[in-house]
Amino acid sequence: MAKTLAEKVWDAHVVRRGEGEPDLLYIDLHLLHEVTSPQAFDGLRLAGRPVRRPELTLATEDHNVPTTEGPITDPVSRTQVETLRRNCEEFGVTLYPMGDAEQGIVHVVGPQLGLTQPGMTIVCGDSHTSTHGAFGALAFGIGTSEVEHVLATQTLPLKPFKTMAVTVDGELPAGVSAKDVVLAVIAKIGTGGGQGYVIEYRGSAIRALSMEARMTICNMSIEAGARAGMIAPDEITFEYLRGRDHAPAGQDWDQAVESWRGLTTDADATFDAEVVMDAASLSPFVTWGTNPGQGAPLSAAVPDPEQMADDNEKAAAQRALEYMGLTAGTPLREVAVDTVFVGSCTNGRIEDLRTVAEVLKGRHVAESVRMLVVPGSARVRLQAEAEGLGEVFEAAGAQWRLPGCSMCLAMNPDKLVPTERSASTSNRNFEGRQGPGGRTHLVSPEVAAATAVRGTLSSPADLAPVEA
Amino acid sequence: MDAFSTHTGIGVPLRRSNVDTDQIIPAEYLKRVTKSGFEDGLFAAWRGDETFVLNNPAYAAGSVLVAGPDFGTGSSREHAVWALMNYGFRVVISSRFADIFRGNSGKQGLLTAQCSQDDVELLWKYLENAPGASITVDLRERVITAGEIVATFEVDDYTRWRLLEGLDDISLTLRHEGDITAFEGTRPGWAATTTPA
Repeated sequence: MAKTLAEKVWDAHVVRRGEGEPDLLYIDLHLLHEVTSPQAFDGLRLAGRPVRRPELTLATEDHNVPTTEGPITDPVSRTQVETLRRNCEEFGVTLYPMGDAEQGIVHVVGPQLGLTQPGMTIVCGDSHTSTHGAFGALAFGIGTSEVEHVLATQTLPLKPFKTMAVTVDGELPAGVSAKDVVLAVIAKIGTGGGQGYVIEYRGSAIRALSMEARMTICNMSIEAGARAGMIAPDEITFEYLRGRDHAPAGQDWDQAVESWRGLTTDADATFDAEVVMDAASLSPFVTWGTNPGQGAPLSAAVPDPEQMADDNEKAAAQRALEYMGLTAGTPLREVAVDTVFVGSCTNGRIEDLRTVAEVLKGRHVAESVRMLVVPGSARVRLQAEAEGLGEVFEAAGAQWRLPGCSMCLAMNPDKLVPTERSASTSNRNFEGRQGPGGRTHLVSPEVAAATAVRGTLSSPADLAPVEA
Repeated sequence: MDAFSTHTGIGVPLRRSNVDTDQIIPAEYLKRVTKSGFEDGLFAAWRGDETFVLNNPAYAAGSVLVAGPDFGTGSSREHAVWALMNYGFRVVISSRFADIFRGNSGKQGLLTAQCSQDDVELLWKYLENAPGASITVDLRERVITAGEIVATFEVDDYTRWRLLEGLDDISLTLRHEGDITAFEGTRPGWAATTTPA
């Protein structure tokens, strides 16, 4: 029977299928961080159970860690990090702690180590686990009880997901990035549009993207309500993986690639839902509201809730504009921001930092703006320094920080103050997400950098050329 | 998870409906790193009120909570179940439970016994007239007895079976450990491991 990519990966991991029961699915890689794992380890301890496959489990410290030098000062955050260290020690799980060369945001670390590979099942107690789907893996976030279940059994009982194809054909215009694509997809299908689905991103515009750009897209699948996002592996995937620390080598590599080449949706397979987008019609996209589906092209104005046909949508937009302190009809390019945040598992990788540096080179961050550049991992930071990007950021007046989740969710000291407005390359513009009362506009790295220079939401095309 | 067949313990009459999980345990208690110790946050907002039922020494050691309808609504936090169990509750009796709470309870071994609101009223009167009196809940027969009161309750067959056998999700999965081991034998030799390179 013809199968989609998601169905192929699912079927290859069914340990047991019983009548009237969920499938029992094998998990190839289980990633952990300090916030959602403590009760799971405590549960194992109370039941006297070991971690079944510590060598398929990896932990990093990311959510709580400070991005400036020095120890964690918040006692609650410190306790969570110390608890993770004790648990990993006790249960034999590899941990990359603060200060380690491999430390970073869990969804940046997996791919850069070559641990994230096509056809795998990957879980983590974090909804942005969907990031790893960029490699053709089935990767999704789970709750704390499920974390414990995977630690104890390396499996999960699951009911199958539905499948959705999002096809983006054509060529992206200059200055339009993966972030703009996924923000436009979410605006089109809505924050609940993907509920119950695994999305497979397809089409020539997706095929043309680098691995890092594909990760940006899959990362935000969850913001459309989908449990996971996937992209079929191809030569770009294999080239990214070749030679990485945990990628297969020698004969193993050849065997692995041969097996991975089969990971595509069969030509005659059908999806439960299909969405089509034209790449050429896309432009830099920003959010104006308090959920990731409330977005518009940067060239547009703040929308007028009165023009919205749907009553729920209208009420939500009214509430959002009030919270965001915005007036309908204001051109988005005139919205002034106080802070620009570059980082997160969505846009904290080396290509993102290169993009930002390219815009900032020879320019300066506006007087009224503070800009934080937070690499997604220690390796990303080292690479950026080796390429001289750190100097570019600092010369432009940006703060060049240590790796972590940082202001994406403000569990560490990097926060907005009430009514402070940010342009952020992260993934959620929920009320209070970046600090109580903070106002977030989700943007691409290009838009973040240009906004930092002009002080209002902008794209690089809005900037005066750098004088030679 | 301990097997559950019959439980006898002090009944606690909680004359409130729509007890949501924020009331069972407020968000400020969720920062803890253990699955235990949540008893101090149980009904935290109400514990300061000296007339609250658990502040009556006769009920303080209760293990069977008799609550009004729509118990456990709101946030899906598993901490609500942990808090009830950490305090010492093994059974909650109500005429209606929120779905997610009921599912979470079944995962953790807390019996949610659903009976008629008439029976809940009878139990409330009985427990209020005789503070500290015991209730017996027989899962095998699906019967609650307290003094002269005999009431039947509903629990779905699958949850009942799991509770009687003392099987949490992990125990259930581990019944198929042979299948898991067999599957592991089929994984390719080049499958990635996290062991530092």
